[in-house]
Amino acid sequence: MTEGVPVAAGERPEAASAPPPVALAGVSKRFAATQALADVSLDLLPGEIHGLVGENGAGKSTIVKLLAGIYQPDSGSVVLDGKPVLLHGPAHARSLGIAVVHQEPRLFPDLTVAENVFIGHSPSGRFGALDWREMRRAADEIFASLSVHLDSSAVVRGLSMADQQLIEIAKALSVEARVLVLDEPTASLSAHEVERLFDIVRQTRDRGVAVLFVSHRLEEVFELCDRATVLRDGRHIVTAPTAQLTAADLVRHMVGRSVSLFPRTAAKIGDVLLDVRNLTRLGAFRDISFSVRAGEIVGLAGLVGAGRTEVARVLFGLDRADAGQVLLDGKRVSFKSPSAALGAGIAYVPEDRHLDGLVSGFSIAENVTLPILPRLFPRLFTRRSRERSLAAGYSERLRIRSTGVDELVEALSGGNQQKVVIAKWLATNPRVLILDEPTRGVDIGAKVEVHRIISDLAAAGLGIILISSELPEVLAMSDRIIVLHEGVMSAEIPRAEASEERVMFAATGQFAEGPSSGE
Amino acid sequence: MTNEQPAAARPQDTTPVSAEASVVTAGRSGNPISWVRRLLSAAARWETLLLAILAVVVYEGMQISPYFLQLDFWNSPNFGASVSGTMEVAIMALAMTPIIITGDIDLSVESMVGLSGAVLGVLWVAGLPLVVVIPIVLGVGVLGGLFNGLMVTRLGLPALVVTLGTLALYRGLANAVLGTSYVSNFPSELTTFGFGYVPGTAVPWTLLAFLILAVVFTAVMHLTWLGRQVFAVGKNKDAARYSGVRVASLRTALFAVSGLVAAFAGIVLASRYNSVRADNGTGLTLTVVLIVVLGGVDINGGKGTIPGVILAVFTLAALQSALRLAGVSSEYQNVAIGLLLIFSVITPQIARQFRVLVDRVRSGRHRPVRDPVPGEVVR
Repeated sequence: MTEGVPVAAGERPEAASAPPPVALAGVSKRFAATQALADVSLDLLPGEIHGLVGENGAGKSTIVKLLAGIYQPDSGSVVLDGKPVLLHGPAHARSLGIAVVHQEPRLFPDLTVAENVFIGHSPSGRFGALDWREMRRAADEIFASLSVHLDSSAVVRGLSMADQQLIEIAKALSVEARVLVLDEPTASLSAHEVERLFDIVRQTRDRGVAVLFVSHRLEEVFELCDRATVLRDGRHIVTAPTAQLTAADLVRHMVGRSVSLFPRTAAKIGDVLLDVRNLTRLGAFRDISFSVRAGEIVGLAGLVGAGRTEVARVLFGLDRADAGQVLLDGKRVSFKSPSAALGAGIAYVPEDRHLDGLVSGFSIAENVTLPILPRLFPRLFTRRSRERSLAAGYSERLRIRSTGVDELVEALSGGNQQKVVIAKWLATNPRVLILDEPTRGVDIGAKVEVHRIISDLAAAGLGIILISSELPEVLAMSDRIIVLHEGVMSAEIPRAEASEERVMFAATGQFAEGPSSGE
Repeated sequence: MTNEQPAAARPQDTTPVSAEASVVTAGRSGNPISWVRRLLSAAARWETLLLAILAVVVYEGMQISPYFLQLDFWNSPNFGASVSGTMEVAIMALAMTPIIITGDIDLSVESMVGLSGAVLGVLWVAGLPLVVVIPIVLGVGVLGGLFNGLMVTRLGLPALVVTLGTLALYRGLANAVLGTSYVSNFPSELTTFGFGYVPGTAVPWTLLAFLILAVVFTAVMHLTWLGRQVFAVGKNKDAARYSGVRVASLRTALFAVSGLVAAFAGIVLASRYNSVRADNGTGLTLTVVLIVVLGGVDINGGKGTIPGVILAVFTLAALQSALRLAGVSSEYQNVAIGLLLIFSVITPQIARQFRVLVDRVRSGRHRPVRDPVPGEVVR
């Protein structure tokens, strides 16, 4: 494991005799079982674009939210002009000159562009009435300074994502921001729009604003940023000028997370169960081809938004494919609904167990039997005893800790809830099981148990697709890893050749310069 | 209620049921703690409170007039007459309950009463026999309900808006079919059903019809997996869909059932009045919804029971009868019913807030910081 390189303090521009406008001094933040940030320090200098990179869950968005005043640190502090401050909320942060542009534009769709730019601090005339003309004039002035052509009296609804992003930036700049935080602003932009955004960010920097640019596209970090900081597991790993870094350096610093894992037991690999050929869903992914054999665990890796969940949704009948084929046991299938997919033997453990996985207000037993009710009770009438004994069996097998199968699922811990979700899908007796982030938000002990369960299921001959943002998990569990990058398959790596670096390179779209791509 | 009692306190709880004490030591799942707790939670149910209210109203009714409980279902303001006067509303409330539990609503039922009555009248006048007319009328109900359901589920429109539209549409169709005329002089088979008794008993046919439907709805909703799926959809539509529940088909089917039942209620009303007019049933929807909500069904979906709704039918009828016997004018009767409804809605709300308060005091924790909505001023 790479040990964190200390902050390259001497390499900062020497002009920094005055304290930086904003810094984080040794901040830590904890959410229940997860240490989101541990003793992270970071300084943002005027006239500099600072890149912030890290894997999913490394702590990037926690830093954004700390700067935005949405979270308060458990220890350590946000330092403003050398003085620690407590940010009470987004409005307070904004009033201190910290402007944050979130990943998804959060605008009022039915208000005009100008109204959105000045929401919360609109210019007003006598009696507090809004001064519409002044508002539009000021908005036009900001857009002119950014050399953007946008009608300030247009309604936001219907504008492109890129335009909405620009409005967010104009909104940020309308308050004389000294610090501009951009949280993955390019995620939904086209290449051309990205260029325009970068010009604007550079202009903003040249006016002396300190910019924090959060991204997981490494090429963008090199193109735009003057310095970059890498986070991993909520820890600060390195800060260095981008001129002194290579993409390989960044990837090496990003990977190597420490996660305890259950060792994968070998399974006998059988025939092909599921064969996906050139599957395409417009706007989500294209030309995805892979197969899953009985007893095999196929890892689906990639960064958030790479299209992994979207592929799973099509396989489970939640969405339709626009092109391509799915073959189950060599026969072409196309599911119109999850119930059809379930009937054919495909089960999907969804990413968000609260929203999609569990019915709160139902007991463990009621949740476990929900997908199989018609099969379990062909004579329409439910029988509590049958239902409870079935649930008790799974409860024992998966070691669900509860006061009994009549306990309501909302009373369980995250790990046990996840086991109920898995039990529910196992009860359908699937042949292909898709698991989407099965260990997210569960504690270490439960994580190991979930890994054991997955491993056992593969040994029992199920074909498993494992979607996970945790690289070590994917590496340890998978027989083969499919890596997606922005909706395209960027690599298919067999277990023997898989390494965190290799997967990360493919996931960040650097497949040309992969360190050990056997070409 | 999750009352975490110290272990030492437990034996005291169980002393009244000493016979069960041996089970405690055995430590099996059927221990009396959960048994007592289950009894307590049953006592805290809305249905229990409703039963108590019903008992009080009946007792008061008997004080007001000795005729209150007289076994006469017609021509008198007593309890029985009041019950048989609400049968068509009660029948529709049964079908409305699963719709509200899934989070939808069907406002068009009163117009379906009018439309089915109009079709019944026109076809009868045209000389068709009842055995032909009644299936057609019920079929019209199913079609109307299907139309509601398909608009809601296939086009994704809100049920409130769709059924508000068909509320006007079906009434308009009723007017188109029957115009301003009315049809009367239905055959004795129908009028007997309307205000006759089951031979050899003092039970009106319409009450029998309601009771049979009540048993069917209770069984389906609470004893079959169809009912389980209805609750699953009401509590979490997405999780239900991910679990293979055919959410759209289920919701559509419930609307079709509601249409069917409303058409049947139209026949009940026609037979009871021995006449149909295009405006039959006007204003009944609100009473139907009132009964469902009074029965403890959460208007936001997910919670409720058919027995609660059945109790609400009788409670409302008893209240109306008692007020009438006491000589309360109809305006004040409405005031009393309105207050009862508001009481039924705020009681669970107050109970919930009380529970949250108790939990907060007990844990002493602060509420988590939530993400502010855009533009919100956070102080």
